[in-house]
Amino acid sequence: MSMATTVTKAETLVGRRLRRKEDPRLITGTATYVDDIQMPGMHYAAILRSPHAAARIRSLNVQPALDHPGVAAVFTGADVAGVGPVPCGASLPGLRVPAHSVLARDRVYFVGHPVAVVVATDRYVAADALDLIEVEYQPLPAVANPEKALEPGAPAVHPEWPDNLAFTYHQEGGEPDRAFAEADVVVRQRIISQRLIPTAMETRGVVADYRGAEKSLTIYSSTQIPHLMRSLVAQMLGLAENRLRVITPEVGGGFGSKLNVYAEEALMGFVAMKIGKPVKWIESRRENFQCTIHGRGHVDYYEIAARKDGAVLGLRLKLIQDLGAYHQLLTPAIPTLSVLMMPGLYKFRNVSADILGVFTNCVPTDAYRGAGRPEATHGVERMMDLLAAELRMDPAELRLLNFIGADEFPYATATGLSYDSGNYAEPLKKALDLVDYHRLREQQQQAKASGRLVGIGISTYGEICAFGPSPATPAGGWESATVKIEPSGAVTVMTGASPHGQGEETTFAQIAADELGVPIEDVIVVHGDTAIVQYGIGTFGSRGTAVGGPAVYYALQDLKAKILKFGELLLESSDVTFSGGVCTCNRTGKTVTLAQIAAASYRAMKLPPNTEPGLVATHFWEPPNFAFPFGAHIVVSEVDPETGQVEIKRYVAVDDCGKIINPLLVDGQVHGGVVQGLGQALFEQAVYDQDGQLVTGELMDYAVPKATMVPWIESDHTTTPSPVNPLGVKGVGEAGTIGCSPAVVNSVVDALGHLGVRHLDMPLTPEKLWKLIQAGGQA
Amino acid sequence: MHRKVPVQTTINGEPVEFLCEPRQSLLECLRDVIGLTGTKEGCNDGNCGACTVLMDGRIVNSCLVLGVEAQGAQITTVEGIARGNQLHPVQQAFLQNAALQCGFCTPGFIVAAKALLDQEPAPSEERIRLWLANNLCRCTGYDKIVRAVEQAAQELREVKA
Ligand code: FES
Ligand code: FES
Repeated sequence: MSMATTVTKAETLVGRRLRRKEDPRLITGTATYVDDIQMPGMHYAAILRSPHAAARIRSLNVQPALDHPGVAAVFTGADVAGVGPVPCGASLPGLRVPAHSVLARDRVYFVGHPVAVVVATDRYVAADALDLIEVEYQPLPAVANPEKALEPGAPAVHPEWPDNLAFTYHQEGGEPDRAFAEADVVVRQRIISQRLIPTAMETRGVVADYRGAEKSLTIYSSTQIPHLMRSLVAQMLGLAENRLRVITPEVGGGFGSKLNVYAEEALMGFVAMKIGKPVKWIESRRENFQCTIHGRGHVDYYEIAARKDGAVLGLRLKLIQDLGAYHQLLTPAIPTLSVLMMPGLYKFRNVSADILGVFTNCVPTDAYRGAGRPEATHGVERMMDLLAAELRMDPAELRLLNFIGADEFPYATATGLSYDSGNYAEPLKKALDLVDYHRLREQQQQAKASGRLVGIGISTYGEICAFGPSPATPAGGWESATVKIEPSGAVTVMTGASPHGQGEETTFAQIAADELGVPIEDVIVVHGDTAIVQYGIGTFGSRGTAVGGPAVYYALQDLKAKILKFGELLLESSDVTFSGGVCTCNRTGKTVTLAQIAAASYRAMKLPPNTEPGLVATHFWEPPNFAFPFGAHIVVSEVDPETGQVEIKRYVAVDDCGKIINPLLVDGQVHGGVVQGLGQALFEQAVYDQDGQLVTGELMDYAVPKATMVPWIESDHTTTPSPVNPLGVKGVGEAGTIGCSPAVVNSVVDALGHLGVRHLDMPLTPEKLWKLIQAGGQA
Repeated sequence: MHRKVPVQTTINGEPVEFLCEPRQSLLECLRDVIGLTGTKEGCNDGNCGACTVLMDGRIVNSCLVLGVEAQGAQITTVEGIARGNQLHPVQQAFLQNAALQCGFCTPGFIVAAKALLDQEPAPSEERIRLWLANNLCRCTGYDKIVRAVEQAAQELREVKA
C-alpha cells in the first residue's frame, strides 16, 4: 500500500456559505424542465374546462373537434370511467369525500373543472379544436364564500350534502371553559386568512410516454413527490407500480402546489396508453390559477383569556375552512395543522378549537407554503397584540412574559405536541436589540406627533416541521438515502426527498464530503427518478434537510463502518481509523485512500469477514418527532395618509432553525419566505365573485410582489440544535412566510391605532387603508 | 394548418433560418422550432418576464413578439450571454450570491440585468429594482438578485477602469 500523504481538511464544509452545485446549469439556460422535453412523435393535449362554477352538462358533442385536421383523439368523462378517482390522502372521522373523477361526468363544480381533453399533433391545433367542442351547460346556483355556504338555504355544492359541511373537528386540551370563566380579560376577534394562489413561476406540466411492447409508462411531472405520485397514479390507472416510472425534471417552484396528485397526471398517462404516442400537457397560467390548488381560505373566530397582569390562560378558536369543491391530496388535513400550532410559543394550558370544513364552488385549497401554520401564527400573534392593547402593555413585554421557558423542553403543549427544543426569548431579544426597540418607540412617538403614520409590529412564531413521525403523517414520514462509492472513489448520493430549488444537491454533498473526507466536487446528488432512486417521500413541510439529511448521514455511517473493515483488511491491522478520506494504521502510520479501498471492494480479491463486495449503503430514517423552529420578526412600516400605501421601512427577521448547513441557502429561504408572507399581508388575494367566477384569473389581476414592492430583509439567527436528529437541523422552508404576515399587520394596526383601529384583515391594500383613514378609522 | 413562412435572423451571433406560422410567438419559435429552451414561458401574456430576450439591443417579452418579427433582427437569449465557458459577470454574480432557487425565472433576470448594465454602468438600487420589475420571481424575494446585479455592475466597472 502507498504511503500517500494527504491533506486533512482544516474545517468542515457543513456550516459554510458554499455556492450551489445546481446553479451552473440554471444560469446558462441548460437545465431541463418538463416543457423542455421533446420526443419524436410527441402529441399535445389541451383541456376543455368549465366556464361555470356549478352546472349540469346537458350535452357534449366532440365530433367537430375530432374532425379537425391534426386531432388524434378527444376524451370525455365517459371515456375515462375506468380511471380511478383523484386521491385524497387525508383521513378524518366522518369525512365526506366527494367522488372526484379525472374528467367531469354530468356536472361541473368549479370554474376550470376539466370536461374533455383534445390530443393533437401541435399545441395550436389542440387549442383550436378545443373551441369546436359543443357543450350545453345548465347553470346552477353556486356559492363561493364559506360563511355563505353555511347559511340555511345556501346552494348545495354537492347535492347529497345540503349543509355543505365536509367535516367538523373538535380538539381541546386543559379546561378551557374554566379558564375563560376565571379570566380577568377576554378579547375576541374575527380574523381572515384570505385565499391565496401559490403561483410557482413554472406552471404544472406532464409528459407521458407509453411503450406498449414493454407495457411501461413513464410520466415526467413537475412535482414535489415523485414516489408517492407513482404509487397513486399507478393505482388510478390500474398499473403495477413497477410498470410506471415517474421522473421529476427540474421543478420551477412548488410551495406546496406541486405536493399533490392532480387529474392531469393520470389523464396524460391514460392518453399516452390510448394513442401509443408520447403526449405533453403544459398548464397555462390561467389554468394554473383556476385549477391548481389555492392556499389558506380561513375565517377564524378567536377568543383569548388572560389575567390582568398579562398571563394568558386560554385560547378558543372556531375555524371555518374554505375547502373548495373537492379534496385534493391533503385538503381536509391542512386546518388541523392550524389547530395543532394554535398555542404558538406561549403557555396556553387551556385551548379549544372547532373546525368547520366547508365545500364551496371553488378550486380546492391545500398545502401552500406554511400550510395551516401561517394561519395559526397570524391568529395567535394578532390576539397577543389585541390583548396587549387591551391591557395597555407593550407587545414585546407581553410575549416575553408568556413564552414557554428555555428550561421547560421538551414541552408538552395543550394540543398534544412535544416541542423539541427552544429558547424563545432569545430571538425576540436579539431582534429588539437589532432595531434598538426603545429608541425606535421614541422615534415613533415623535413621528406620530408630527402626523406621520409610523407603526412597529412584532411577531414571534413557532412552526412544526420536518414531517414527521410516520404515525402522524398520511403516507409515511421517513426519508431514504443511498450512498454509493463508485470503484473510482466518486461518491453518489441518492435521496428520496425530491428537492426543487431548495439546494439539497449542495447541502447533502456538504454532509457527504465531510463524512467521507472527499472534495465536494467528487460528490453528486441524484433525485427525482423512481427508476433510479429508492422509494422516498418528497420535499414539503420543511422536511428535505431535516428528514432527508439524517437519512444521508446514517447511510454514510453504515458506509464508513464498511470502509473501515476494508481498511483493516488492506492495512493488515485492527487498529485503523478513517478520517480525511484515508484509512490510517495507527501503529505503522501506513495509509490507504478511499479510492484504493473502493477499487479493492469492487475487485473483491479478498473480502473482510462477513462483508459483501462493493461500497453501497441505504438507510431509511424514521424521525422520532417533528422539529419546531421558531423566531421573531419585527417590522417598521409607514402608511402614506394621502394614498393608503404601506411602506416597509425595516424588516428584521431573527430565525432559529437549529444548526445551519449552508447559511447562503438559509438566507435565500428566509428572504423568499418573508416575501411570500408580505404578498399575503399587503397584496395578494384570490377573489371569486358571488357566482364563483375567479376574478383574479391572471398575473395582471393577482399581485405577486415585484422587486419594487419589497424591502431589504435583515436576517439573523439564533441556534438551538434540534435533539430530534443527528444533524441538529430543524428546517427553514416556511419560517419566513409564517413569521411575516402578523408582523406586518401588527405594524400597520400600530400605525393607525390612534384612530381607534384594533384590527385589519389582509391584504392591506392602499384602497382599504385610504378609505379607513378618510373615515377617521371607522371601517 | 396555417402556411409557414421563412424567417432569417441572427441569434446569439449566429445566422439562423427557420419556418414558422405567422401566428407563432418568438418564444415558441425559439423553444419549439429552433430548440433554444433556455428562455422560459411563465404566463404567455407579458406579465412575468421569464421569456425576456434581447432584440436589437432592447429587452422584449418574447411571448409578445411574433416569430416573423425576428426577420433581420439580432436576438440574444440566455444561451448567448456567456462567451463559451466564460460566464458573464452577471452570471458570475448570480452564482456567487446564490441569487436563484428553482431557476425558472433566472434566464429572464440574467438577460434583463445584462441589458441594464450594457447601457447603465452604475445603476442605483432603486433603478435596478425598477428595471427588474417586469420579471417575477416567487422564490428569492429579490434580495440576492438585486445584490447580484449591484455586484456585477461593480465588477464590470472595475474591468473597464
Ligand atoms: S411568458 Fe412572456 S412575460 Fe410571461
Ligand atoms: S428562482 Fe424560482 S422563481 Fe425565481
